[in-house]
Amino acid sequence: MNNLNIKENDLSELALTETVGNIYADNAKMSIRNADVYYGEKQAIHNISLDLAQHQVTALIGPSGCGKSTFLRCLNRMNDTIDICRVTGQLMLDNDDIYAKDLDPVLLRARVGMVFQKPNPFPKSIYDNVAYGARIHGLTNNKTELDEIVETSLQKAGLFNEVKDRLKEPGTGLSGGQQQRLCIARTIAVSPEVILMDEPASALDPIATAIIEELIDELKEKYTIAIVTHSMQQAARVSQHTAYFHMGKLVEMGKTEDIFTRPEHKLTENYITGRFG
Amino acid sequence: MNSSLLFITLLCLTFFSYWFGVKRSLKVAGGAEHKKNLTCLPQQFGLLTAMVCGLPALITLLIFNSVENTIIEQILATTLPANIQALSTIDLGLYLNNIRSIASSETITNLIKSIENQSLNNANLATLEQLKAALTLKELHQQVTWLKTSLVLVVAITSVIVLVRQFSITFKARQKAEAIIRTLLVASSGIAILTTLGIVISVLFESIQFFRSVPPTEFMFGTQWSPQTAMRVDQIGGSGSFGAVPLFAGTLLITFIAMLLAVPVGLMIAIYLSQYANTKLRRVAKPMLEVLAGIPTVVYGFFAALTVAPVIRNLGESFGLSVASESALAAGLVMGTMIIPFVSSLSEDAISAVPESLKEASLGMGATKSETVIKVLLPAALPGIVGAILLAISRAIGETMIVVMAAGMAANLTANPLDSVTTVTVQIVTLLTGDQEFDSPKTLAAFALGLMLFITTLGLNILALKVVRKYREQYD
Repeated sequence: MNNLNIKENDLSELALTETVGNIYADNAKMSIRNADVYYGEKQAIHNISLDLAQHQVTALIGPSGCGKSTFLRCLNRMNDTIDICRVTGQLMLDNDDIYAKDLDPVLLRARVGMVFQKPNPFPKSIYDNVAYGARIHGLTNNKTELDEIVETSLQKAGLFNEVKDRLKEPGTGLSGGQQQRLCIARTIAVSPEVILMDEPASALDPIATAIIEELIDELKEKYTIAIVTHSMQQAARVSQHTAYFHMGKLVEMGKTEDIFTRPEHKLTENYITGRFG
Repeated sequence: MNSSLLFITLLCLTFFSYWFGVKRSLKVAGGAEHKKNLTCLPQQFGLLTAMVCGLPALITLLIFNSVENTIIEQILATTLPANIQALSTIDLGLYLNNIRSIASSETITNLIKSIENQSLNNANLATLEQLKAALTLKELHQQVTWLKTSLVLVVAITSVIVLVRQFSITFKARQKAEAIIRTLLVASSGIAILTTLGIVISVLFESIQFFRSVPPTEFMFGTQWSPQTAMRVDQIGGSGSFGAVPLFAGTLLITFIAMLLAVPVGLMIAIYLSQYANTKLRRVAKPMLEVLAGIPTVVYGFFAALTVAPVIRNLGESFGLSVASESALAAGLVMGTMIIPFVSSLSEDAISAVPESLKEASLGMGATKSETVIKVLLPAALPGIVGAILLAISRAIGETMIVVMAAGMAANLTANPLDSVTTVTVQIVTLLTGDQEFDSPKTLAAFALGLMLFITTLGLNILALKVVRKYREQYD
């Protein structure tokens, strides 16, 4: 009974409020203004505006079905693969409108890479997995350069030492955590500017998760990162900024330490203190 | 009562026993309001009763029907005069045939009349003995029918009574009914397996008979095919040669042409439908493709013979090529068209079965759709696609109607698609159509060809299944 009351209050409160906290970043890599996303008639994202700060990690948290993954997938136009999905608003990468008519989503995705929830290496060798992007984008002129890209990418993903003797073996034969780092290496290999991560550690055990989190922390030196996560601890550990989503709306955004210590909005407080979610 | 009437009676009895089983079980329980006492539901009692009533009786009926004629004729043979019994098997068979035809054309009363009048003036040349035998046959039939009817009904009713007497509150009607149903299901699958085995064995035996007169090496490696055998001993040029190589070469040529068309087109359709087409278009295009698979092959056949072949010949002539009016090209192209839906539908399944995450990984790295298809989806779906192609090939090899109508009869050993070739299936059809004696190598050759064809397609199917199974293990 009590629970039900809370939910009803939440809804009425949400209808009235705008995003609280601070959505702006001093050096924004991506800035999104008034984004709406529709699946057919149904609106999944309502009027979201936020910045992704350059070389920092922004965590998107919120209960299941709140639209955080949908939002993430708008940032490199992965939602284009869904026929009925429609995105409006202004979504900028540096000075480019990523939904502009003349913008090629293929080039966009080379600049905004993505790591998925379930490790999804191609059923090819470890080497070919990492070389895939470099090959399709014609980044190298010869085998030596390609070897170099594969090696540095694997190194950056912290996987090189574990796999250097078996680069020709299938990537699907690695453990779950290694597979996920392979996918990160594969994404890094095309030198993206932004990396989107959709619950990258949710299918992994705690040790593999810790390795991935450390890796994310290192990666932010070179890349701008947005990560969707269900784990509040993970968000607190890896991110500098946190955005709390609820039912397709952005409720609160701010510095991670502020969100987790002094949430302004009651919904955010309820969520991070574990009252629902 | 004849068999069909008996069958209907049996059906009614079965329905009635369902109701009877329900009633009895309720009575055992002590009335409908106490049916909770039963360990099984009343309708389960009913179902069991119905099955116990119908099945044994039906089996009895079937067995009786299959043996009744043999038994009747054996009894009849013992009643015949000694001089006729002494006849050879073939002559006795003719005699019995004669009697059978008299018996079926006359009623019993007419027969008795004719015997009494000893009037042999009706058109057939029946002797008195034959008439008497026909009368005996009729009477035997009548007796056997009565015997059958009563036996079947007795079996049905006694089984029900025996069953119903066992009914008690704890009677396991559900388990027993389930066991019977399982047996029925096993028996049905047994029918399919036994039929296949039967066909294989019969083809195998006829082939062995063929290989007695034509050595297997000549059949498998000979390059001359002219399956004429002598009608008379002194006939010239009727020796016949049974080298199957030209037939298999022809089959392979036409299959090759067909696959050359069907594989690329089918694959591209599969890629388009699974990756590019929107939902609306797919909903229209898929059924239309399936219609292509539903066109009877004979329609394809005359399409090939009357439309495609002349077009190809005219086209060839305009290039100064001589094209046979029944070219391998025409038959192969039309067969390829027929096979397109097989390839496209199975390949589409294989491509769609590739996990969405792989496709997203590729797209997410900035690969275009076609790069994703070529570098990720097709390699991942390859085993499934190979399976589809192998199944299509075995379909093409076994295809008959199109080649009968569009390919030639001449067993040329050639690789030129503009020439006329013949296929294994065409030759089987020609060897077996019309009046044929079933002991000459000419007819038996059809069985040997059938056996070879069967082995080829079986091998291809096994290969396809293995490839497809391997594919299934790849993800998960």
